[in-house]
Amino acid sequence: MDLGFDVVDLPETDHPTEGDEVPDFTRPLVTDEQWEDVSLSQLAADRPVLLVFHPMDGAFPSTYIWNELRDRAFDADHDLQVVGLSISSPYEHMSLIDERGMEYAVFSDPQNGVAERYDIVNDLDGMTGVSEPLPAVFLVDEELTIQYAWVAEEWPDFPDYDEVAEAVDSI
Amino acid sequence: MSEATEETAPITLYRLQACPFCERVVRKLDEYDLDYHSRFVEPMHSDRDVVKRVSGSRTVPAIVDDETGVTMSESANIVEYLDKAYGGDN
Repeated sequence: MDLGFDVVDLPETDHPTEGDEVPDFTRPLVTDEQWEDVSLSQLAADRPVLLVFHPMDGAFPSTYIWNELRDRAFDADHDLQVVGLSISSPYEHMSLIDERGMEYAVFSDPQNGVAERYDIVNDLDGMTGVSEPLPAVFLVDEELTIQYAWVAEEWPDFPDYDEVAEAVDSI
Repeated sequence: MSEATEETAPITLYRLQACPFCERVVRKLDEYDLDYHSRFVEPMHSDRDVVKRVSGSRTVPAIVDDETGVTMSESANIVEYLDKAYGGDN
C-alpha cells in the first residue's frame, strides 16, 4: 500500500517458517451449519491445508482477505483445503461464512492460544485484554510441515496472494 | 469425554449450546462413561438442516451411535435408549 506515510511496524516474532513443523491444535471448526472440535492434523491427513489467521470477523481486513480467497478458490483446482482462524465465536463465524458467501470452515479461538503457540500474537492497542493473531498464512502438508509461510510485518498488512498462488501451485 | 474426536468416539451428539435437554443427555453419557463427539448446531430451528439430514428432524438433542447403528432424537427417548444399551442391567 502507498499511503504517503509509514504504517505501523509490528514487532518481529519467532514464528515457525518454511520447513518447520507447525504445532498441532484442536479447536471448534465452524461451517455454515455446525461446529465441532477438529485438530489441524486431522484436516491435514486428508490433504494439504492453507491455514489463514485473520483479525476478528467484521474487521475490514478479514472481509478483504476472505473476499480474495473466495474469488481465487485455490481449492478448486488444487489438492488443498482453505481453513481460517480468528478469535471470533462460532456464531460470528457462521455469519462471516454466510455474508462472504464462502465455502471454507473457520477455527474459533477466542482465547488466542493457537496464536500464542505459533508466536504470532497481536496485542490490540486500545482494546484492553484483547489479543488476536497477526494476519498470517501457513501452507502445511500432511505432516504439518510448512511449505509456505507469511506473517504480517506491519499493521495493517495483507498476504501476497500471487506468492500464495505460486506456493499452492508447487504442492 | 468431550475431548474425543469424530474418529475415536462411537457416539456423535448433535447439541445446542445451553439447551437443557441436550445437557440431560450429556449427563447420561457421562454417567455411563461413554465416549462421544459433540456437534453444535444453529439456535435457529429452521436453519438446522444438518440435523434433519441425519435424523429426519431438526430437533436437538440427537445422537448417532455407530456402535449400534442407532440414530435418535428427543432427550427422553435418548436417555431411555442409553439406559437400555449401556446401563448395567443387561
